[in-house]
Amino acid sequence: MAHASSYQPTSSFGQWLDARLPVGRVMHDQFMTFPTPRNLNYWWTFGGILTFMLAVQIATGVVLAMHYVPTPEGAFDSVETIMRDVNWGWLLRYSHAVGGSMFFLAAYIHTFRGLYYGSYKAPREVLWILGVLILLLMIATAFMGYSLVWGQMSFWAVTVITNLFSSLDAVIPGLGTKLVQWIWGGFAVGAPTLNRLFSLHYLFPFLIAGVVVLHIWALHVPGNNNPTGIDVKGPRDTVPFHPYYTIKDGFALLMFVLLFAVLLFYAPNLLGHSDNYIPANPLQTPPHIVPEWYFLPFYAVLRAIPNKLMGVIALISSIAILFFVPWLDTSKVRSTRYRPIYKWFFWVFVVTAIVLGYLGSQPPEGWYLIFGRIFTAYYFLFFLVVMPVVGLLEKPAKLPGSITESVLGPDEPLPLSVPKARQREQVL
Amino acid sequence: MADTDHSPAQSPLLAEDEPTRRDVILVAAAGFAAVGAAAALWPLLDQMNPDQSALSVATTELDLADVDPGQAITVMWRGKPIFVRHRTDEEIAAAKAVPVDDLPDALARNANLPDDAPATDENRTTKGHEGFLIMIGICTHLGCIPKGQAPGDNKGDYDGWFCPCHGSQYDTAGRIRKGPAPQNLAIPPYAYTSDTKVKIG
Repeated sequence: MAHASSYQPTSSFGQWLDARLPVGRVMHDQFMTFPTPRNLNYWWTFGGILTFMLAVQIATGVVLAMHYVPTPEGAFDSVETIMRDVNWGWLLRYSHAVGGSMFFLAAYIHTFRGLYYGSYKAPREVLWILGVLILLLMIATAFMGYSLVWGQMSFWAVTVITNLFSSLDAVIPGLGTKLVQWIWGGFAVGAPTLNRLFSLHYLFPFLIAGVVVLHIWALHVPGNNNPTGIDVKGPRDTVPFHPYYTIKDGFALLMFVLLFAVLLFYAPNLLGHSDNYIPANPLQTPPHIVPEWYFLPFYAVLRAIPNKLMGVIALISSIAILFFVPWLDTSKVRSTRYRPIYKWFFWVFVVTAIVLGYLGSQPPEGWYLIFGRIFTAYYFLFFLVVMPVVGLLEKPAKLPGSITESVLGPDEPLPLSVPKARQREQVL
Repeated sequence: MADTDHSPAQSPLLAEDEPTRRDVILVAAAGFAAVGAAAALWPLLDQMNPDQSALSVATTELDLADVDPGQAITVMWRGKPIFVRHRTDEEIAAAKAVPVDDLPDALARNANLPDDAPATDENRTTKGHEGFLIMIGICTHLGCIPKGQAPGDNKGDYDGWFCPCHGSQYDTAGRIRKGPAPQNLAIPPYAYTSDTKVKIG
């Protein structure tokens, strides 16, 4: 959000640098005095949590790479060596593995937050699209990282997922096979495959970091959305980011790290599959292949479709459809809080995503398959029919006059003792 | 733009929609740079394709003398499992009894035959060795290894192979009958070097 800079470097070095590379000014304006809606709730703290988790994954990942061996003979053993012999190796590896789960947990909450409060609507379409791009990069990174353990689940996950591309043989014969062999670097998943997955797993987090910078940039042009979904109308509606939201984000981060620590120290393998402690065997497929929990809903969509190519298209569409949400939703109001009909469809969608996750963990037969198809159908209908149609038919509830009114009530004057920081903000 | 009065000396400079020599040079230079960039990109992409060691044609030889009817063995070829099953007379009869038109994939998928050969039981094996079915043991859906080689395995409804990943079922000629797999199990290039010896690849 454009606002006048109040940065005044006091030291002579600060002034010297400010005239040459105003990095201090950018930090001050964007992360200290940045005007932020005064009514943000705890669902808004996950952006900060995600930034923290990306830093955790990069830090632990860089040091794990100092001990990991990306060969079919060495990979599994080197992971066990990290667990047993490397100083603090158990902590680093479990932090990285559990950290991946925590990263996705926060990313999904953050995404549903954006969906619920209409944070994708104008003028935040580019912000939303960059977010979906980050989610896609996260999915690719997590998939490649999981493969590096080179256990049974790793190996067969790589086999099954890379084979998805062979479905292109149904479009142009031979194209899919050619593409899959290009990905493998051979005629089956093997040493060249593992080595390149390791290389790319190291690269992708830095791509994510780059898109995160763009994501925050795109956020700071229009400023934050808020639970009411109405625009900031004046300085009364905002508070400076620091200290108000640094404290709130910090407290939320602490609670989140507490949950992280409970999983890390008391149940580090709770979310993983025990079969991945069996070294990879190219001659034997485990009786039941399942991805990590954060991919289960998409896996359920893949298996709900009986045709190979169509299943792959549905899988890709289930994520890619998010790119079009800003134009699929026709409602005039942003926040679902003021959408009496859409509200119900939204919560059914949340339940659908969770149920699809459960179905993805079950064998694709009998009732599981039938329910998989029903919930897959709703997943797509929500975006393609509910979003455009309900937005047109529904009469939104009355919106509050302003963000301040939604917090203090229509006739309340400002409290008499305004904190100093707020007074300064109002002068600006 | 309205018709403006100007001297003849200025007019060539003002004809803005006419391509100039500079435009031609610009397009040529940009085109040259694009071709150069694409050429530089190619090695970066092609390095991922199977390398020379992977391409060098590997062959596997095996002896079928000890494989009795009803038994199955699995060998490796090019990093892939090869299923060999010595089929019983009942299994052969069951495979022969299915009309090709009823099959989801009507092509033989046999590397030793033309691409359009129909998926008859004869085309899935070698003449004179109908008992032995030799196939790449990789499900054509998403690359899992189907069950059905070991005695206690689930062989599916058609007594052939059953893929545990997504439930594809193959019959006693390795042809897809049910489930998401689009093709019959592939048959690798192979030849009998004697009555019981086979060279794959």
